[in-house]
Amino acid sequence: MNRISAVSDWILLVVFAAVILTMPVWLAPFGADYPDLMQKFAIYGLFAIGFNILFGLTGYLSFGHAAFLGVGSYTAVWSMKLLTMNVLPAAFLSVFVAGAFAFVIGFISLRRSGIYFSILTLAFAQMSYNLAYSVLTPITNGETGLQLSLSDPRVVDAMAGISTGRSLPSTNLFGVKMSGLPGFYFCAVVLIIGFFISLRIFRSPFGTMLKGIKSNQTRMAYTGLNTRPYLIWAFVISGMYAGLAGALMAATDPLAGAERMQWTASGEVVLMTILGGAGTLIGPMLGASLIKYFENIFSAFNDQTLNQIFDFVPDSIRGYVVELVSLFVGDGWHLTLGLLFMITVIFLPGGIMEGFRRIGGLFSRKKSNTPSSGAVSDQP
Amino acid sequence: MDNVVLHVADVQKSFAGLHALADIDLSVKEGETHAIIGPNGAGKSTLLNVCIGRLRPDSGHVVFDGENLIGKKPHEINQLGVVRVFQTPEIFPELTLLENVMIPVLAKRDGAFKLRWFRRFAGEKDVRIKAEDVLEELGLGSLIGGEAGSLSRGDKRRLELAMGLAQEPRLLLLDEPTAGMARHDTNATIDLLKKIKAKGMTKVIIEHDMHVVFSLADRISVLAGGRIICQGTPEEVKADPRVKEAYLGEEQV
Repeated sequence: MNRISAVSDWILLVVFAAVILTMPVWLAPFGADYPDLMQKFAIYGLFAIGFNILFGLTGYLSFGHAAFLGVGSYTAVWSMKLLTMNVLPAAFLSVFVAGAFAFVIGFISLRRSGIYFSILTLAFAQMSYNLAYSVLTPITNGETGLQLSLSDPRVVDAMAGISTGRSLPSTNLFGVKMSGLPGFYFCAVVLIIGFFISLRIFRSPFGTMLKGIKSNQTRMAYTGLNTRPYLIWAFVISGMYAGLAGALMAATDPLAGAERMQWTASGEVVLMTILGGAGTLIGPMLGASLIKYFENIFSAFNDQTLNQIFDFVPDSIRGYVVELVSLFVGDGWHLTLGLLFMITVIFLPGGIMEGFRRIGGLFSRKKSNTPSSGAVSDQP
Repeated sequence: MDNVVLHVADVQKSFAGLHALADIDLSVKEGETHAIIGPNGAGKSTLLNVCIGRLRPDSGHVVFDGENLIGKKPHEINQLGVVRVFQTPEIFPELTLLENVMIPVLAKRDGAFKLRWFRRFAGEKDVRIKAEDVLEELGLGSLIGGEAGSLSRGDKRRLELAMGLAQEPRLLLLDEPTAGMARHDTNATIDLLKKIKAKGMTKVIIEHDMHVVFSLADRISVLAGGRIICQGTPEEVKADPRVKEAYLGEEQV
């Protein structure tokens, strides 16, 4: 029984990797097969997968995770300015710095739970955002955002004798430029590693303890478990994921701005996780992709494209149809997203994944009562 | 058998001027089953809460096996081997029965915190076997993969007992273990507690049901109005006129 569920986890990982790596193929019919967007799928997917380790497993809702994303981006750009344009050191440094930052914020915020915890994290993130705009300008370059410049030392690259010439250098992975499709594949591989780690955490004793905290935190204490270090670790790990996502943003486009830390960015990852299904393994990835797809595809629709789509509608009413639909696309894509989110939360509180489970349940019920696969819950 | 394991001395606790506990002195000897009885509001649950660190007494000492328990955090007290089973079932409703019992076993094996994020929880064989055994012993073996939240109230209480027993505590504190159980469940629980008693586990039981108390307890403390009014063997307690007075109109002893 146990062996089987271990095998099914490997199958899940392989399928996940295959789906991610073949994105350029199967996203083509949806008009989403261009590298910029696929990079966003991977980066925000990673962000949401990490956020889900905190929110999905422990139930602690952080409203400040964009701060770690921002810290990751700044660290990565600084690594590119000071050390090397190679993205690997940037990624490692970002994870480390974001983790340390998350430890400080988590240490304080986790003294409270529920709404008070959420407010504390929100306050810290807004504080970071405002600091990045004001007193931290020497580090963040304020409103302009942190960018590469020709006068950057880049000591490692200089020692290796890589000259940049007159133009700004581009990010690379041992010489391979990290823009376009290679950039996507780099993000995709990092995402798959991130998914694998998340899978291990979900199935581990550590992950089970986190689920226990979500289920009944007081009971955990009377069971001899010190919940505080568990929560701090969950917070730090999810902060590291956010930092890594921030580093990937900088790796594909080497600049960092304070707006990445704003509360709307923190809210976005909450939406992604809930829409996909908090506490599930692949829900956050689904939610992140869906939201980024809407943001990029629906917002690009204008009246002209709508007229083309509704070409089959008789001229007399086409004007009205286009006018109605245009409320939901273009600048109005937020309206579609809002409606989608409301429908999901009302009818499928467990997100898209719950929808899948219900559909799956309809089929399996027909096959009479098959015994459940394992006593230790292993839902994907 | 005369080693005192738990020693409660001069414990006082008041809530907004009301003396919930006054000058409580209590010694529990190793291996004995010590019942605490008393009318509603006598302070029985308060006393247990003081013992497990949920409440801090205003003054006095609670010493378990040479360690002062006052000021210790609940998880530290549990790690010393003092385990409490609650009156209203405190379980993990969203997790399976097996997970519910594996968590306490793991807590005992690995301590209050261990960052094991790469191993498989389901692959912790020794923990799993231990949990399955305890669940089997308590008659929950067939429900092992089910969600704990969907159990009946009686089964939830049994599950919580399983969670406590799985830790093989040195001192088990039971808060009305049979309240809300049907008669045959109560008898099954008594049999089970007798079986544990045979293993030599020290227990403190708070109980309303005199049938349960007199069939299990080695010694009884009677609590009324926050004070211990009588302490002794079941026969001594039965014969004590003060006990009859305290229970007058409450229940027949």
